[in-house]
Amino acid sequence: MVDIYLDNNATTKVDPAVVDVMIPYFLEQYGNPSSIHKFADGVARGLKQARQQVQALIGCEHDSEIIFTSCGTESNSTAILSAIKAQPDKKEIITTVVEHPAILNLCSYLEKEGYTIHRLPVDRAGRLKLDAYQRLLSDQVAIVSVMWANNETGTIFPVAEMAEMANAAGVMFHTDAVQAVGKIPMMLQDTKIDMLSLSGHKLHAPKGIGVLYLRRGTRYRPLLRGGHQERGRRAGTENTASIVGLGKACELALAFIEYENTKVKEMRDRLEQGITGQIPHCFVTGDMYNRLPNTTDIAFEYIEGESILMLLNKAGIAASSGSACTSGSLEPSHVMRAMDIPYTAAHGTIRFSFSRYNTMAEVDKVIEAMPGIVATLRKLSPYWAGDGPVANPEQAFAPTYS
Amino acid sequence: MWDYSDKVKEHFFNPKNAGAVVDANATGEVGSISCGDALRLTLKVDDNSEIILEAGFQTFGCGSAIASSSVLTEIIKGMTLDEALKVTNQDIADQLEGLPPEKMHCSVMGREALQAAIANYRGEEWKDDHEEGALICKCFAIDAVMIEEMVWANKLRTVEDVTNFTKAGGGCAACHEDIEAILEKVLAEKGEKFDPTAAPVEIPAKVAAVKAPLTNLQRIKKIEQVLESLRPSLMADGGDVELVEVIGNTAYVNMTGACNGCQMAAMTIAGIQQRLMEVMGEFIKVVPASEMAKLANIEVA
Repeated sequence: MVDIYLDNNATTKVDPAVVDVMIPYFLEQYGNPSSIHKFADGVARGLKQARQQVQALIGCEHDSEIIFTSCGTESNSTAILSAIKAQPDKKEIITTVVEHPAILNLCSYLEKEGYTIHRLPVDRAGRLKLDAYQRLLSDQVAIVSVMWANNETGTIFPVAEMAEMANAAGVMFHTDAVQAVGKIPMMLQDTKIDMLSLSGHKLHAPKGIGVLYLRRGTRYRPLLRGGHQERGRRAGTENTASIVGLGKACELALAFIEYENTKVKEMRDRLEQGITGQIPHCFVTGDMYNRLPNTTDIAFEYIEGESILMLLNKAGIAASSGSACTSGSLEPSHVMRAMDIPYTAAHGTIRFSFSRYNTMAEVDKVIEAMPGIVATLRKLSPYWAGDGPVANPEQAFAPTYS
Repeated sequence: MWDYSDKVKEHFFNPKNAGAVVDANATGEVGSISCGDALRLTLKVDDNSEIILEAGFQTFGCGSAIASSSVLTEIIKGMTLDEALKVTNQDIADQLEGLPPEKMHCSVMGREALQAAIANYRGEEWKDDHEEGALICKCFAIDAVMIEEMVWANKLRTVEDVTNFTKAGGGCAACHEDIEAILEKVLAEKGEKFDPTAAPVEIPAKVAAVKAPLTNLQRIKKIEQVLESLRPSLMADGGDVELVEVIGNTAYVNMTGACNGCQMAAMTIAGIQQRLMEVMGEFIKVVPASEMAKLANIEVA
């Protein structure tokens, strides 16, 4: 059976070259970087090099602006909690309705603690309205946190512009760039972004390693206090092997960034056109003209995503869905709801996310498999009759309760 | 991905009785499109004998919703309406060799579609008797609406109260923060404040009987009873289970016969564990007896 992995926004395969540079840090250079003996000899140098490799990828001014953390979520929590701790009189936070749960659930928690959370809405194509954002910026706002690119649709937000606006109003700006780093070029030193989160496992480094970029001079309070690691800004013994691996992964991502925006994008576009051209009643969600090169999210109307995924999985194809059932929640993805996608389509969204490991041959196999899968499930659907949806689907089938 | 049983996969990949029954004389439509699962059940009922001659389903939903619909139609074909009304959601789940706790509502939807279809045939109006909330306790499959209702009805004040009355929170305890949030919300609506140290609400006798801590001997006997009740279905597949040891709340078992070395053994063990927790009302961990040796080694080392 073929195995086609198109779930790279969930996580990625670790690049073999990344594994290679990590292994000596488990077996030979396993010393604590703080120690003074030959087992720790090269470790500090390894960390230094990794810091510079990350710096090069995100284009920040100093390598000391890179703080290694355990994951994207830790970076996000550190950023927001630092901003509110450092500015205890400011009781408002601006974010968006389509952020990752790593931001949304933290904000909901802070809301209970008495913070006012402004969640910027999006339009049907997943875009923000900057005039509404402008009106919310004030000296009451501790921090703005806006994702660089959306994990489900790939839609890119104008974070550089939004950071300028925040900066002009004297407000700190953080971006969760977990999906964007390594997929689109960035040069942080030319922006007013104060903090940025990234995660290793989204760019072919291992799980369990992340980075918080902290612009020099940004007021900061650590989340974890203790030892002097990361210049006292993130205590805890360094995850040396993973840090070195992340450095290598960043070096590779930089080398492949053009490939990502040409070849990977071509594969994504071919898949998207192949599917939407063949299958009736399906559409691409998000901002088609402004999104990550590797992501397409397609809503298949009148059928449910988990069922699609199970049939895809049987065909050896891995993707993901915004349906309620795949997460065990009672609502489809908050991103789909925010864009006002109707329930009969929101539950049937499938995200295909590529990496440099995919091939055109794989794309063709998915294009071949998809129409049969959709037809099989539509045959079971109460909204479907023969070759098309029933007339007035929402009235023709109106189940009782909840 | 969910840990679906082979039976669920079988019914999902090869559903039985898909599509509407031609000349149906009973229809039930239930589900929630916001939640992503909805089902139309159509029946052809013999007017004289009230026997269900044909059953067909059309389902918008996930793998377990489609599998539950499919197995339901298989269960009820040939039954009289009165017999069919006795089918419970647990029967549907059992026929599917279990469903993950988050997916039990799929079996509930099946039962409700059946009730709605029968009411439709008899010219009665069917009303749903429950509202479903977000799943809070995954060990015992208790949702937020159920907990809220119990907190209101019995003036519950602490997490311990909620566990005593609903079982919610009595397993792994990971949901205690969520239960506290529900208590805070309901108590605030009543103008009271949540106090984790409040005295427990008196437990009604029936609940208390379940809740009273078991002695080890009682626990072993109960576990044996539950395993005995599961034995027929295991033996039907050429397998069996043997209880080797009970230490605290961990039951060590040997999977024998066809179960031994079967790739599904882990799933079967998870199913046994779920069943034990449901019957005994306390957290039980089921572990293959082979793990006991490892435990002993670690302790020696």
